[in-house]
Amino acid sequence: MRRPPIPLGSPFQLLLLAGSFALAAYAGVRLLADDWFGVALWFVGAALLHDLVLLPLYAALDRAAVRGLGAVRRRDWVPYVRVPAALSGLLLLVWFPLISGMVERRYRSATGLPADMFLARWLLITAVLFGASALLLAVRLRRLRRAAKHRPPVVH
Amino acid sequence: MRDDPRDPRFPSSPGFWRSPLRGPWFTSVLGLVLLVGITVLFVTGLVSYAAYNPGLSPVNDKTPDKGILGFYLFAWPTNPHWLYRLNQGVHVTLGVSLIPVLLAKLWSVVPRLFALPPARSLAHALERISLLLLVGGALFEFVTGVLNVQLDYVFPGSFYPLHFYGAWVFFAAFVAHAALKMPIALRNLRHLREEGNDLVSPRPADPTVSRRGALWFVGGGSLLLFATTAGQNFDGPLRRTALLAPHGGREPGSGPNGFQINKTAAYAGIDAAETGPDTWQLVVAGRTGTVRLSRSQLLELPLHSSALPIACVEGWSTSDQWWRGVRLRDLAALVGYDDDPPDLFVESLQRRGAFRKAALRANQVADPRSLLALYVNGEELSPDHGYPARIIVPAAPGVLNTKWVARMTFGDL
Repeated sequence: MRRPPIPLGSPFQLLLLAGSFALAAYAGVRLLADDWFGVALWFVGAALLHDLVLLPLYAALDRAAVRGLGAVRRRDWVPYVRVPAALSGLLLLVWFPLISGMVERRYRSATGLPADMFLARWLLITAVLFGASALLLAVRLRRLRRAAKHRPPVVH
Repeated sequence: MRDDPRDPRFPSSPGFWRSPLRGPWFTSVLGLVLLVGITVLFVTGLVSYAAYNPGLSPVNDKTPDKGILGFYLFAWPTNPHWLYRLNQGVHVTLGVSLIPVLLAKLWSVVPRLFALPPARSLAHALERISLLLLVGGALFEFVTGVLNVQLDYVFPGSFYPLHFYGAWVFFAAFVAHAALKMPIALRNLRHLREEGNDLVSPRPADPTVSRRGALWFVGGGSLLLFATTAGQNFDGPLRRTALLAPHGGREPGSGPNGFQINKTAAYAGIDAAETGPDTWQLVVAGRTGTVRLSRSQLLELPLHSSALPIACVEGWSTSDQWWRGVRLRDLAALVGYDDDPPDLFVESLQRRGAFRKAALRANQVADPRSLLALYVNGEELSPDHGYPARIIVPAAPGVLNTKWVARMTFGDL
């Protein structure tokens, strides 16, 4: 039996994408003019690294945290761990060259500013984020405990 | 049955994706935020390119083979004097703040990356190829931008052509994506229809956060990045709030010359012996020949003041500094341009740097606030701010305010 041919799909969509590819090719030829391999590697590599490494990594960490807290019957603590950890991780991701000190020499000689304070600042922000989260959790737990005292025990 | 695409052990199966957050509403909200945000990033990026006056001289243009991509270029104005400061502050601060939104958007649609069959039609196949340009382009632009502002030049080539041409490749895919998806996104926000959408998990895990809560979470990430970045465009206590931004925190020094430095004299390879009072001479060339002026001769010319900021392409700036020096148009008059200041070609003593030669347009030379500055905030320029003399022009990008000026050639470029 012959397989049915692949349908064309929406003509509007085909035209739009043809125009998009034409412009992308016009700019792409110039983008790749100097070091085509390096640039293509960065372009495609950025997408692959994000989709196949970064995203699975943080999703797996989050799932592990949810499971771990669930295992010790503390599932409602999840946001209090997830939010500060994710925000701290986000800052590390964006400012990694400064925080890690990998550009320290160039940064110091170009700007005249000390470059060794970024790690300390990031650690302090991280401490504040987790501290604030712990405080909120403590307040919530206190409230829950108070409310539980004034309520008759649930009979199962 | 190992190859069954519905086996939830494989990411090609909708059942593999368990988060109850995914769905058309969540994706649509993030998509519309990015539609507005990225449009602003693209426009401010194009404006920043125009601010370099690339059409004026090859030394200002790091993308000389741009062709029709420079169709919109215009003579960069000098008013308002904070124009470039605002444009670049918005471009970089907004770009950094949008990172969580971009990450969340990509997370929300990741099941589609693995969806089977790979193509339902030719149009669908082309759309998926276009998505590689969209996602790769977005990440390429954000990554090169974020690395460049941290002086981490690890990308393959010069920042200017990579970020400029990369932006056009990305934008081509972005426009197509917006045209195809925006009507759907708007419809999704108007009437909620969750069922039957391929993003909704068929076997969702127990929720740990509501969709609204997740949006607040993403917004909180943006807010945190904004709060620790935006301050690098202001002085004093506000700069201290930019805890992780490259030019946040503190000033490099105290006193009149204590404000932010892009490239120090040492970094630019300035030899103090060349800038001394006995050795340094400014060469001014023009219609009537060449004039050589020592610093003390320059000081005998009429001196004027103007209050102008330093605004860097990297998205940091200072508030207005009080500069004092010789008007560029007065220097033009010394070499034969009395009433018609022409373009100006400036050369620096610096050994390194992409803009050690720079061109200014006639309108910038003619502006009475444009100076060859000798003093700042009431004191002589420090070596790091361009001693013995530097250019300062209203609304011009920082790199065109050449420091350690050695030679100025007036004439149409």
